[in-house]
Amino acid sequence: MIKESTLSPETALLREVVGAGDYWMHEVKQGQTLRILDLEGNQAADTLFYNAHDTAERYSAIDTIREQGNVYLTAGTKLLSTEGNVMLEITADTCGRHDTLGGACATESNTVRYALDKKCMHACRDSWLLAVAENEHFGMSKRDITHNINFFMNVPVTPDGGLTFEDGISGAGKYVEMRAEMNTIVLLSNCPQLNNPCNAYNPTPVEMLVWDKN
Amino acid sequence: MTKHSSSLSEDIIPGGAHWSLTVKAGLTLRLTDIEGDGNVGMLFYNPANLLERYNAPDTLKCQHTFKLGTGTCLYSDMGRIFCSVIGGTVAWHDTVCGTSTRQSIEKKWRPVSYQMGRNERTQNGRDSFLVEGAKYGLGKRDLAANVNWFSKVAPDAEGNLGFVSGNSKAGDYVDLRFEMDTLVVLHSCPHPLNSSKTYPRKPIKLELLEAEPVSMTDVCRTSRPENMRGFENTETYVRHTTPSSSGGH
Repeated sequence: MIKESTLSPETALLREVVGAGDYWMHEVKQGQTLRILDLEGNQAADTLFYNAHDTAERYSAIDTIREQGNVYLTAGTKLLSTEGNVMLEITADTCGRHDTLGGACATESNTVRYALDKKCMHACRDSWLLAVAENEHFGMSKRDITHNINFFMNVPVTPDGGLTFEDGISGAGKYVEMRAEMNTIVLLSNCPQLNNPCNAYNPTPVEMLVWDKN
Repeated sequence: MTKHSSSLSEDIIPGGAHWSLTVKAGLTLRLTDIEGDGNVGMLFYNPANLLERYNAPDTLKCQHTFKLGTGTCLYSDMGRIFCSVIGGTVAWHDTVCGTSTRQSIEKKWRPVSYQMGRNERTQNGRDSFLVEGAKYGLGKRDLAANVNWFSKVAPDAEGNLGFVSGNSKAGDYVDLRFEMDTLVVLHSCPHPLNSSKTYPRKPIKLELLEAEPVSMTDVCRTSRPENMRGFENTETYVRHTTPSSSGGH
Protein backbone atom coordinates (compact mmCIF):
# COMPACT_ATOMS: atom_id res chain seq x y z
CA MET A 1 0.00 0.00 0.00
CA ILE A 2 1.48 3.34 -1.04
CA LYS A 3 1.37 5.88 1.74
CA GLU A 4 3.37 9.11 1.79
CA SER A 5 4.97 10.52 4.90
CA THR A 6 4.21 13.93 6.36
CA LEU A 7 7.72 14.25 7.85
CA SER A 8 10.24 16.62 6.34
CA PRO A 9 13.92 15.63 6.06
CA GLU A 10 14.84 19.14 7.31
CA THR A 11 13.42 18.35 10.75
CA ALA A 12 15.16 14.98 11.11
CA LEU A 13 17.25 14.42 14.24
CA LEU A 14 19.78 12.34 12.33
CA ARG A 15 20.66 11.73 8.70
CA GLU A 16 23.32 9.24 7.67
CA VAL A 17 24.18 7.79 4.29
CA VAL A 18 25.16 4.11 4.34
CA GLY A 19 27.24 2.93 1.40
CA ALA A 20 26.59 -0.41 -0.26
CA GLY A 21 28.39 -3.16 1.62
CA ASP A 22 28.38 -1.24 4.93
CA TYR A 23 26.28 -1.72 8.05
CA TRP A 24 24.36 0.70 10.27
CA MET A 25 23.74 -0.22 13.89
CA HIS A 26 21.86 2.31 15.95
CA GLU A 27 19.30 2.49 18.71
CA VAL A 28 15.97 4.08 17.81
CA LYS A 29 13.94 5.12 20.86
CA GLN A 30 10.30 4.37 21.46
CA GLY A 31 8.19 6.94 19.61
CA GLN A 32 10.94 7.90 17.17
CA THR A 33 10.44 7.36 13.45
CA LEU A 34 13.02 5.73 11.19
CA ARG A 35 13.04 6.23 7.43
CA ILE A 36 15.13 4.16 5.04
CA LEU A 37 15.55 6.04 1.77
CA ASP A 38 16.54 4.22 -1.42
CA LEU A 39 18.73 7.00 -2.87
CA GLU A 40 19.40 5.63 -6.33
CA GLY A 41 16.75 2.91 -6.64
CA ASN A 42 16.53 -0.89 -6.60
CA GLN A 43 18.66 -1.30 -3.49
CA ALA A 44 18.02 -4.08 -0.95
CA ALA A 45 18.29 -3.02 2.70
CA ASP A 46 18.64 -6.15 4.87
CA THR A 47 17.43 -5.26 8.35
CA LEU A 48 17.20 -6.85 11.80
CA PHE A 49 15.63 -5.36 14.96
CA TYR A 50 16.28 -6.10 18.65
CA ASN A 51 14.69 -4.98 21.90
CA ALA A 52 17.38 -2.62 23.27
CA HIS A 53 16.70 -3.81 26.84
CA ASP A 54 16.89 -7.54 26.05
CA THR A 55 18.37 -8.45 22.68
CA ALA A 56 17.12 -12.04 23.03
CA GLU A 57 13.80 -10.50 21.96
CA ARG A 58 14.10 -9.65 18.28
CA TYR A 59 12.18 -9.19 15.04
CA SER A 60 10.37 -12.36 14.03
CA ALA A 61 9.52 -12.72 10.35
CA ILE A 62 7.41 -15.84 10.89
CA ASP A 63 5.29 -14.31 13.66
CA THR A 64 4.87 -11.07 11.70
CA ILE A 65 3.58 -12.68 8.51
CA ARG A 66 1.43 -15.27 10.28
CA GLU A 67 -0.31 -12.73 12.50
CA GLN A 68 -1.00 -10.27 9.64
CA GLY A 69 -2.00 -13.17 7.37
CA ASN A 70 0.10 -11.93 4.45
CA VAL A 71 3.68 -12.53 3.33
CA TYR A 72 4.42 -8.95 2.19
CA LEU A 73 5.24 -6.00 4.43
CA THR A 74 3.89 -2.51 3.77
CA ALA A 75 2.28 0.53 5.45
CA GLY A 76 0.19 -0.71 8.37
CA THR A 77 2.32 -3.79 9.02
CA LYS A 78 3.17 -4.31 12.66
CA LEU A 79 6.65 -5.80 12.96
CA LEU A 80 6.35 -8.36 15.75
CA SER A 81 9.04 -9.73 18.03
CA THR A 82 9.74 -13.33 18.99
CA GLU A 83 7.70 -12.61 22.15
CA GLY A 84 4.70 -11.44 20.12
CA ASN A 85 5.18 -7.73 20.96
CA VAL A 86 4.94 -4.92 18.38
CA MET A 87 8.48 -3.58 17.87
CA LEU A 88 7.75 -1.09 15.10
CA GLU A 89 4.86 -0.22 12.81
CA ILE A 90 5.36 0.73 9.18
CA THR A 91 3.77 4.17 8.92
CA ALA A 92 4.69 5.21 5.38
CA ASP A 93 5.80 3.35 2.26
CA THR A 94 6.26 4.70 -1.25
CA CYS A 95 7.60 1.39 -2.59
CA GLY A 96 4.49 -0.72 -1.96
CA ARG A 97 5.81 -3.93 -0.53
CA HIS A 98 8.87 -5.49 1.04
CA ASP A 99 10.15 -9.03 1.46
CA THR A 100 10.75 -10.96 4.67
CA LEU A 101 11.00 -14.51 3.28
CA GLY A 102 14.27 -14.41 1.35
CA GLY A 103 16.69 -13.78 4.20
CA ALA A 104 20.11 -12.27 3.71
CA CYS A 105 23.00 -13.23 1.50
CA ALA A 106 25.93 -15.04 3.11
CA THR A 107 29.16 -16.19 1.53
CA GLU A 108 28.17 -19.83 2.07
CA SER A 109 24.66 -19.54 0.63
CA ASN A 110 26.16 -17.66 -2.31
CA THR A 111 28.14 -20.81 -3.17
CA VAL A 112 24.88 -22.74 -3.38
CA ARG A 113 22.89 -20.08 -5.21
CA TYR A 114 25.47 -18.97 -7.77
CA ALA A 115 28.77 -20.88 -7.92
CA LEU A 116 31.26 -22.45 -5.51
CA ASP A 117 33.95 -19.96 -6.56
CA LYS A 118 31.85 -16.96 -5.48
CA LYS A 119 32.49 -17.76 -1.83
CA CYS A 120 34.75 -14.77 -1.17
CA MET A 121 32.38 -12.12 -2.49
CA HIS A 122 31.11 -9.68 0.13
CA ALA A 123 27.76 -10.58 1.69
CA CYS A 124 25.24 -9.11 4.14
CA ARG A 125 25.98 -11.63 6.85
CA ASP A 126 29.64 -10.61 6.90
CA SER A 127 28.56 -7.00 7.48
CA TRP A 128 26.35 -8.10 10.39
CA LEU A 129 29.08 -10.27 11.90
CA LEU A 130 31.46 -7.31 11.77
CA ALA A 131 28.76 -5.11 13.31
CA VAL A 132 28.21 -7.37 16.33
CA ALA A 133 31.99 -7.85 16.74
CA GLU A 134 32.70 -4.10 16.60
CA ASN A 135 29.81 -3.18 18.91
CA GLU A 136 30.55 -5.44 21.86
CA HIS A 137 28.50 -3.25 24.21
CA PHE A 138 25.34 -4.73 22.69
CA GLY A 139 26.49 -8.20 23.81
CA MET A 140 25.51 -9.92 20.56
CA SER A 141 27.08 -12.66 18.43
CA LYS A 142 26.34 -14.92 15.47
CA ARG A 143 23.49 -16.46 17.52
CA ASP A 144 21.68 -13.16 17.13
CA ILE A 145 21.93 -12.97 13.35
CA THR A 146 18.49 -14.20 12.37
CA HIS A 147 15.71 -13.99 9.82
CA ASN A 148 15.54 -10.42 8.50
CA ILE A 149 13.50 -8.01 6.40
CA ASN A 150 14.64 -7.08 2.90
CA PHE A 151 13.31 -3.58 2.46
CA PHE A 152 12.75 -2.65 -1.22
CA MET A 153 13.22 -6.25 -2.37
CA ASN A 154 10.66 -7.96 -4.58
CA VAL A 155 10.21 -11.70 -3.89
CA PRO A 156 6.80 -12.76 -5.22
CA VAL A 157 5.23 -16.01 -4.05
CA THR A 158 2.67 -17.92 -6.09
CA PRO A 159 -0.43 -19.88 -5.01
CA ASP A 160 1.24 -23.15 -6.12
CA GLY A 161 4.14 -22.56 -3.75
CA GLY A 162 6.76 -20.94 -5.99
CA LEU A 163 9.06 -18.12 -4.97
CA THR A 164 11.08 -15.93 -7.31
CA PHE A 165 13.48 -13.03 -7.18
CA GLU A 166 12.30 -10.29 -9.49
CA ASP A 167 13.63 -6.91 -10.50
CA GLY A 168 13.03 -4.42 -7.75
CA ILE A 169 9.84 -2.38 -7.66
CA SER A 170 11.67 0.39 -5.85
CA GLY A 171 13.15 3.45 -7.50
CA ALA A 172 15.32 6.45 -6.71
CA GLY A 173 13.81 8.42 -3.84
CA LYS A 174 11.41 5.73 -2.65
CA TYR A 175 11.32 5.13 1.08
CA VAL A 176 9.81 3.17 3.92
CA GLU A 177 9.15 4.64 7.33
CA MET A 178 8.42 3.03 10.68
CA ARG A 179 7.65 4.18 14.20
CA ALA A 180 9.37 2.37 17.06
CA GLU A 181 7.00 1.02 19.70
CA MET A 182 9.89 0.04 21.95
CA ASN A 183 13.54 1.09 22.25
CA THR A 184 14.94 -0.82 19.30
CA ILE A 185 18.43 -1.59 18.04
CA VAL A 186 18.39 -1.40 14.24
CA LEU A 187 21.01 -3.48 12.43
CA LEU A 188 21.02 -2.83 8.71
CA SER A 189 23.28 -4.26 6.03
CA ASN A 190 23.17 -2.30 2.82
CA CYS A 191 23.32 -5.30 0.53
CA PRO A 192 26.51 -5.83 -1.55
CA GLN A 193 25.04 -8.64 -3.69
CA LEU A 194 26.30 -8.57 -7.29
CA ASN A 195 24.76 -11.82 -8.49
CA ASN A 196 21.02 -11.20 -8.58
CA PRO A 197 18.55 -8.49 -9.56
CA CYS A 198 17.73 -7.46 -5.97
CA ASN A 199 20.16 -4.54 -6.42
CA ALA A 200 19.84 -4.33 -10.20
CA TYR A 201 23.43 -5.75 -10.17
CA ASN A 202 24.58 -2.35 -8.96
CA PRO A 203 24.59 -1.84 -5.17
CA THR A 204 24.03 1.80 -4.21
CA PRO A 205 23.76 3.86 -0.98
CA VAL A 206 20.71 4.27 1.26
CA GLU A 207 20.04 7.08 3.70
CA MET A 208 18.87 6.57 7.27
CA LEU A 209 16.76 9.36 8.81
CA VAL A 210 15.43 9.49 12.36
CA TRP A 211 12.81 11.90 13.73
CA ASP A 212 12.00 12.46 17.37
CA LYS A 213 8.54 11.79 18.74
CA ASN A 214 6.40 14.83 17.84
CA MET B 1 7.25 -45.07 -2.06
CA THR B 2 10.87 -45.19 -1.05
CA LYS B 3 12.30 -48.68 -0.67
CA HIS B 4 13.93 -49.35 2.66
CA SER B 5 15.18 -52.12 4.83
CA SER B 6 13.36 -52.57 8.11
CA SER B 7 13.57 -49.90 10.81
CA LEU B 8 16.70 -49.64 12.93
CA SER B 9 14.53 -48.12 15.63
CA GLU B 10 10.97 -47.00 16.12
CA ASP B 11 9.43 -44.55 18.55
CA ILE B 12 6.04 -42.93 19.12
CA ILE B 13 5.82 -39.31 20.25
CA PRO B 14 2.39 -38.62 21.73
CA GLY B 15 0.46 -35.53 20.56
CA GLY B 16 1.40 -32.25 22.24
CA ALA B 17 4.85 -33.48 23.32
CA HIS B 18 8.52 -32.85 22.47
CA TRP B 19 11.74 -34.77 21.96
CA SER B 20 15.21 -34.51 20.41
CA LEU B 21 17.73 -36.87 18.86
CA THR B 22 20.98 -36.82 16.94
CA VAL B 23 20.73 -38.50 13.56
CA LYS B 24 23.86 -39.75 11.83
CA ALA B 25 24.65 -39.00 8.19
CA GLY B 26 23.39 -41.80 5.97
CA LEU B 27 20.26 -42.54 7.98
CA THR B 28 16.68 -41.73 7.02
CA LEU B 29 14.23 -40.45 9.59
CA ARG B 30 10.69 -41.38 8.61
CA LEU B 31 7.90 -39.38 10.25
CA THR B 32 4.43 -40.88 10.09
CA ASP B 33 1.25 -38.97 10.90
CA ILE B 34 -0.54 -41.85 12.62
CA GLU B 35 -4.05 -40.39 12.85
CA GLY B 36 -3.97 -37.61 10.20
CA ASP B 37 -3.99 -33.79 10.59
CA GLY B 38 -0.76 -34.03 12.58
CA ASN B 39 2.00 -31.42 12.82
CA VAL B 40 5.66 -31.82 13.66
CA GLY B 41 7.57 -28.64 14.52
CA MET B 42 11.27 -29.19 13.83
CA LEU B 43 14.62 -27.40 14.09
CA PHE B 44 18.09 -28.66 13.11
CA TYR B 45 21.59 -27.92 14.46
CA ASN B 46 25.08 -29.21 13.73
CA PRO B 47 26.10 -31.07 16.93
CA ALA B 48 29.78 -30.27 16.19
CA ASN B 49 29.04 -26.52 15.97
CA LEU B 50 25.66 -25.54 17.37
CA LEU B 51 26.01 -22.11 15.73
CA GLU B 52 25.29 -23.85 12.44
CA ARG B 53 21.52 -24.22 12.27
CA TYR B 54 18.56 -24.69 9.95
CA ASN B 55 17.96 -21.64 7.80
CA ALA B 56 14.48 -21.47 6.32
CA PRO B 57 15.15 -18.38 4.14
CA ASP B 58 18.22 -20.02 2.56
CA THR B 59 16.26 -23.24 2.07
CA LEU B 60 13.48 -21.38 0.26
CA LYS B 61 15.57 -19.03 -1.83
CA CYS B 62 18.16 -21.64 -2.86
CA GLN B 63 15.34 -23.74 -4.32
CA HIS B 64 12.94 -20.96 -5.37
CA THR B 65 10.16 -22.50 -3.34
CA PHE B 66 7.67 -21.50 -0.65
CA LYS B 67 6.99 -25.10 0.43
CA LEU B 68 8.89 -28.27 1.31
CA GLY B 69 8.24 -31.65 -0.34
CA THR B 70 9.93 -34.54 -2.13
CA GLY B 71 13.09 -33.27 -3.83
CA THR B 72 13.63 -30.41 -1.37
CA CYS B 73 16.84 -30.08 0.66
CA LEU B 74 16.92 -28.43 4.08
CA TYR B 75 19.89 -26.06 4.31
CA SER B 76 21.94 -24.82 7.22
CA ASP B 77 23.10 -21.20 7.31
CA MET B 78 26.53 -22.49 6.20
CA GLY B 79 25.50 -23.60 2.70
CA ARG B 80 25.21 -27.26 3.67
CA ILE B 81 22.33 -29.72 3.64
CA PHE B 82 21.19 -31.22 6.94
CA CYS B 83 18.67 -33.50 5.29
CA SER B 84 16.84 -34.13 2.03
CA VAL B 85 13.19 -34.99 1.53
CA ILE B 86 13.61 -38.19 -0.49
CA GLY B 87 10.02 -39.36 -0.36
CA GLY B 88 6.64 -39.15 1.27
CA THR B 89 2.95 -38.87 0.63
CA VAL B 90 2.38 -35.18 1.46
CA ALA B 91 3.08 -32.60 -1.24
CA TRP B 92 3.35 -29.48 0.91
CA HIS B 93 5.03 -28.90 4.27
CA ASP B 94 5.18 -25.42 5.84
CA THR B 95 8.32 -23.59 7.00
CA VAL B 96 7.12 -19.97 7.12
CA CYS B 97 4.49 -19.81 9.85
CA GLY B 98 6.51 -20.48 12.98
CA THR B 99 5.24 -22.25 16.02
CA SER B 100 2.53 -21.99 18.66
CA THR B 101 3.13 -20.24 21.97
CA ARG B 102 1.48 -20.46 25.37
CA GLN B 103 -0.46 -17.26 24.53
CA SER B 104 -1.60 -18.45 21.09
CA ILE B 105 -2.81 -21.78 22.51
CA GLU B 106 -4.70 -20.02 25.31
CA LYS B 107 -6.42 -17.72 22.81
CA LYS B 108 -7.81 -20.69 20.90
CA TRP B 109 -8.42 -23.50 23.33
CA ARG B 110 -9.19 -23.94 26.99
CA PRO B 111 -5.72 -24.21 28.48
CA VAL B 112 -5.02 -27.32 30.52
CA SER B 113 -2.17 -26.99 33.01
CA TYR B 114 -0.09 -29.94 34.15
CA GLN B 115 -1.79 -29.66 37.55
CA MET B 116 -5.17 -30.13 35.85
CA GLY B 117 -4.42 -32.56 33.09
CA ARG B 118 -1.10 -34.21 33.89
CA ASN B 119 0.52 -35.15 30.58
CA GLU B 120 -2.68 -34.33 28.71
CA ARG B 121 -1.87 -30.63 29.19
CA THR B 122 -2.02 -28.19 26.25
CA GLN B 123 1.71 -27.96 25.51
CA ASN B 124 2.93 -25.36 22.97
CA GLY B 125 5.65 -25.32 20.31
CA ARG B 126 7.84 -22.53 21.64
CA ASP B 127 8.15 -23.94 25.17
CA SER B 128 8.85 -27.34 23.58
CA PHE B 129 11.75 -25.94 21.54
CA LEU B 130 13.11 -24.08 24.57
CA VAL B 131 13.06 -27.19 26.76
CA GLU B 132 14.62 -29.51 24.18
CA GLY B 133 17.17 -26.88 23.08
CA ALA B 134 18.26 -26.24 26.67
CA LYS B 135 19.43 -29.86 26.87
CA TYR B 136 22.20 -28.82 24.48
CA GLY B 137 22.87 -25.33 25.85
CA LEU B 138 20.56 -23.63 23.34
CA GLY B 139 18.22 -20.82 24.34
CA LYS B 140 15.86 -18.18 22.99
CA ARG B 141 18.61 -16.65 20.85
CA ASP B 142 19.07 -19.96 19.06
CA LEU B 143 15.49 -20.49 17.90
CA ALA B 144 14.83 -19.93 14.22
CA ALA B 145 12.06 -20.31 11.67
CA ASN B 146 11.07 -23.98 12.01
CA VAL B 147 9.55 -26.62 9.76
CA ASN B 148 5.95 -27.71 10.32
CA TRP B 149 5.83 -31.17 8.75
CA PHE B 150 2.39 -32.25 7.47
CA SER B 151 0.98 -28.69 7.59
CA LYS B 152 0.12 -26.53 4.59
CA VAL B 153 -0.28 -22.76 4.52
CA ALA B 154 -0.78 -21.45 0.98
CA PRO B 155 -0.65 -17.86 -0.31
CA ASP B 156 -3.14 -16.41 -2.78
CA ALA B 157 -2.11 -14.11 -5.65
CA GLU B 158 -1.92 -11.14 -3.24
CA GLY B 159 0.18 -13.01 -0.68
CA ASN B 160 -2.67 -13.63 1.79
CA LEU B 161 -2.04 -16.80 3.75
CA GLY B 162 -4.56 -19.56 4.38
CA PHE B 163 -4.20 -22.70 6.49
CA VAL B 164 -5.29 -25.75 4.50
CA SER B 165 -6.87 -28.36 6.75
CA GLY B 166 -6.87 -32.03 5.78
CA ASN B 167 -3.39 -31.76 4.20
CA SER B 168 -2.25 -35.00 5.82
CA LYS B 169 -4.24 -38.20 6.24
CA ALA B 170 -3.80 -41.11 8.65
CA GLY B 171 -0.67 -43.01 7.64
CA ASP B 172 0.90 -40.21 5.59
CA TYR B 173 4.67 -40.01 5.98
CA VAL B 174 7.76 -38.09 4.99
CA ASP B 175 11.30 -39.47 4.63
CA LEU B 176 14.26 -37.26 5.61
CA ARG B 177 17.65 -38.56 4.58
CA PHE B 178 20.41 -36.98 6.67
CA GLU B 179 23.44 -35.81 4.71
CA MET B 180 25.44 -34.84 7.81
CA ASP B 181 25.24 -35.63 11.52
CA THR B 182 22.39 -33.48 12.82
CA LEU B 183 20.77 -32.59 16.12
CA VAL B 184 17.00 -32.73 15.54
CA VAL B 185 14.73 -30.88 17.97
CA LEU B 186 11.04 -31.61 17.48
CA HIS B 187 7.55 -31.36 18.92
CA SER B 188 4.09 -32.66 18.06
CA CYS B 189 2.17 -29.55 19.15
CA PRO B 190 -0.49 -28.09 16.82
CA HIS B 191 0.38 -25.74 13.96
CA PRO B 192 -0.15 -22.12 15.08
CA LEU B 193 -2.89 -21.64 12.45
CA ASN B 194 -4.77 -24.86 13.23
CA SER B 195 -8.39 -23.89 13.95
CA SER B 196 -9.68 -27.23 15.18
CA LYS B 197 -12.50 -27.02 17.79
CA THR B 198 -10.44 -28.75 20.44
CA TYR B 199 -6.70 -28.90 21.05
CA PRO B 200 -5.49 -31.47 18.48
CA ARG B 201 -3.44 -34.19 20.11
CA LYS B 202 -1.87 -36.12 17.22
CA PRO B 203 0.79 -38.80 17.83
CA ILE B 204 3.71 -39.15 15.45
CA LYS B 205 5.81 -42.22 14.68
CA LEU B 206 9.58 -41.79 14.27
CA GLU B 207 11.57 -44.50 12.50
CA LEU B 208 15.27 -44.61 11.65
CA LEU B 209 16.19 -46.48 8.49
CA GLU B 210 19.44 -47.15 6.65
CA ALA B 211 19.54 -44.94 3.53
CA GLU B 212 20.86 -45.98 0.13
CA PRO B 213 24.06 -44.16 -0.91
CA VAL B 214 23.29 -40.82 -2.62
CA SER B 215 23.65 -41.37 -6.37
CA MET B 216 24.54 -38.71 -8.92
CA THR B 217 20.95 -38.96 -10.22
CA ASP B 218 19.40 -38.69 -6.76
CA VAL B 219 16.00 -36.92 -6.70
CA CYS B 220 17.22 -34.23 -4.30
CA ARG B 221 20.68 -33.72 -5.78
CA THR B 222 19.21 -33.15 -9.24
CA SER B 223 16.02 -31.26 -8.39
CA ARG B 224 17.82 -27.89 -8.77
CA PRO B 225 21.31 -26.91 -9.96
CA GLU B 226 21.73 -25.22 -6.56
CA ASN B 227 21.35 -28.59 -4.85
CA MET B 228 24.24 -30.07 -6.87
CA ARG B 229 26.43 -27.44 -5.22
CA GLY B 230 24.78 -27.91 -1.83
CA PHE B 231 25.61 -31.62 -1.95
CA GLU B 232 29.17 -30.84 -3.00
CA ASN B 233 29.59 -28.50 -0.01
CA THR B 234 28.12 -31.07 2.35
CA GLU B 235 30.07 -34.05 1.03
CA THR B 236 33.33 -32.08 1.25
CA TYR B 237 32.53 -31.12 4.83
CA VAL B 238 31.57 -34.66 5.88
CA ARG B 239 34.66 -36.12 4.20
CA HIS B 240 36.99 -33.65 5.92
CA THR B 241 35.48 -33.80 9.37
CA THR B 242 34.83 -37.54 9.71
CA PRO B 243 37.87 -39.81 9.84
CA SER B 244 37.62 -42.39 7.05
CA SER B 245 38.14 -46.12 7.59
CA SER B 246 41.54 -45.88 5.91
CA GLY B 247 42.85 -43.71 8.71
CA GLY B 248 41.63 -40.22 7.92
CA HIS B 249 43.26 -37.50 5.86
